[in-house]
Amino acid sequence: MTETARRTYAAPEAKGRRRPRPRVWRGAVLALAGAYFLLPLLASFVFTVHVPGQGITFEAYTRLLAAEGFTESLMLSLGLAAATIALCLLLAVPALIAVRIGSPRLRPVVEVMCTLPLVVPPIALVTGITTVLRWGPEHLSRTPLYQTFLAVQNEKFPVVLVLAYTVLALPFVHRSLDAGLRAVDVPTLVEAARSCGASWPHVVLRVLLPNLRASLAGAAFLTLALVLGEFTIASLLGFRPFAVWIVSISGAQARMSVAVSILSLLITWLLLLALSRAGTPSTAAAAPATSRKEP
Amino acid sequence: MSAPTTPLTTGTAGGTTTPRRRRRGPRTWLAALPLLAFTGLCFGLPLGAIAFGAVTRTDQATGSTQVTGEHLARSLQGPYLGSLTGSVQLSALTALLGAVLGVLVAYAVATSRSTALRSAALTASGVLANFGGVPLAFAFIATAGISGVVTRLADLTGLGWNLYSFTGLTVVYLYFLIPLMVIVTVPALDGLRPQWREAARNNGASTWQFWRHVGLPVLAPSLLGGFVLLFGTAFAAHATAAALVGGSVPLVTLKIADALSGNVLTGQENVALALGLDMILIAGLVMAVHLPLQRRSARWLR
Repeated sequence: MTETARRTYAAPEAKGRRRPRPRVWRGAVLALAGAYFLLPLLASFVFTVHVPGQGITFEAYTRLLAAEGFTESLMLSLGLAAATIALCLLLAVPALIAVRIGSPRLRPVVEVMCTLPLVVPPIALVTGITTVLRWGPEHLSRTPLYQTFLAVQNEKFPVVLVLAYTVLALPFVHRSLDAGLRAVDVPTLVEAARSCGASWPHVVLRVLLPNLRASLAGAAFLTLALVLGEFTIASLLGFRPFAVWIVSISGAQARMSVAVSILSLLITWLLLLALSRAGTPSTAAAAPATSRKEP
Repeated sequence: MSAPTTPLTTGTAGGTTTPRRRRRGPRTWLAALPLLAFTGLCFGLPLGAIAFGAVTRTDQATGSTQVTGEHLARSLQGPYLGSLTGSVQLSALTALLGAVLGVLVAYAVATSRSTALRSAALTASGVLANFGGVPLAFAFIATAGISGVVTRLADLTGLGWNLYSFTGLTVVYLYFLIPLMVIVTVPALDGLRPQWREAARNNGASTWQFWRHVGLPVLAPSLLGGFVLLFGTAFAAHATAAALVGGSVPLVTLKIADALSGNVLTGQENVALALGLDMILIAGLVMAVHLPLQRRSARWLR
């Protein structure tokens, strides 16, 4: 307590004496963190262009487009992502708006339904999905349902993956949209639009959705990132989208698999930057100056 | 944001302050129906299959099904138990390290005055936290694998470094866990108002006392919630480990994948389901701790 008393007594001087801000400490922490996070990226880039004993070559990047399976797997992943985003938004947007304007009692139900998938690790979900898919041949081979089972597992466009990814993405979509809706006074907007004679579709499409642009973009981006990078479910169900393809070539083409990994990170990075720009115009989102320009 | 508005304009986002009940007719809940039906079918059905398969045994010859505890018992014995404890150990260690280091980085970011640094750090964290999985594993193989760039330059192998091990996995997991912690804790650190620190100092508190009685109690829910979230993320991670170690480190996700990928004895599928159920129970416990903590910490972030 003497310490306290002395300090209180010396308060007038203490006010004038500003403690120097710990700049050194902060710089050290940030520098170490920066080194740890940048080193693997830089080293990976060096790994892809420098062959020991041969020098610099950009073959890993130039041969990429011609690589067997690259375009197919990328197209499959992008197609799956588009379908997943569409399905997610079609399911979540009406439900969340309805919960806001007419059925507040459904709110906890929707929230629980949307956050539960966080509790189930993807690998556990796969065990359930494979079991369900095995019921098809076992129990339903005489019924028309069996055709459905075959259709969702079509190699060209596995619908079953879209369904699984939608389940995985729902928590993120829900969180993003919920935050967006919280910032908008939905009942008032709807009432105003309705009393001006707008139809329900018009209210949703022309009044509510424009207000949710940023959170819709956020939800779409997170889903895209999730689907492009998803490996577990696709590989265990035996499909070959982008991430599975990267692993499948890693044995024979180590350099190319690393090159593709770097590119996928860069694409993700650019998407996120575009997203932070697409948000509210007032955000002064200073783009981090990336000096690394890929040819 | 922080500009004090008149206290009269309280937001009525919920529309609860209006005494008149809005009668919208009973049709709005129909809009929520597709979502509930979808999750019930595409999420409830696999879950039901896991629970059902984990506790029953179907005799192929007769087609009769009996309730049994043997799958769950087997999933808690021998190599399966080893993989569960391995996963829990790895997750606990990486979550602890990630939480501590993440808070340090988050504090450095939150207390800096440069907006450019802040937005760059948060954007980078957003990207890196999503950079788990396959690309991350390959980036580290190219960096610190057997013929990795840094391994050759610094002769790491001579120092006893091995990427394809428990230690290696820890280093790799931190790459996406630290940014996750930064994302979770920067808002909480922003919620520490300078006024509190000034008030504490004016009342004669030392820095230690401020943290002990004000700062840490306010941050505790966020920090604990962050730790638990990191644990759950590390526990459920499969792709990174599969692309990196492929089975030399006993992890429950890798064991499940092995049991599912066909090259197994019959009856293994049910053990995979039982392991999946074990994972869901542990992850459910994690979430049951995380969500209330998140709500608690949200009180201070208004």
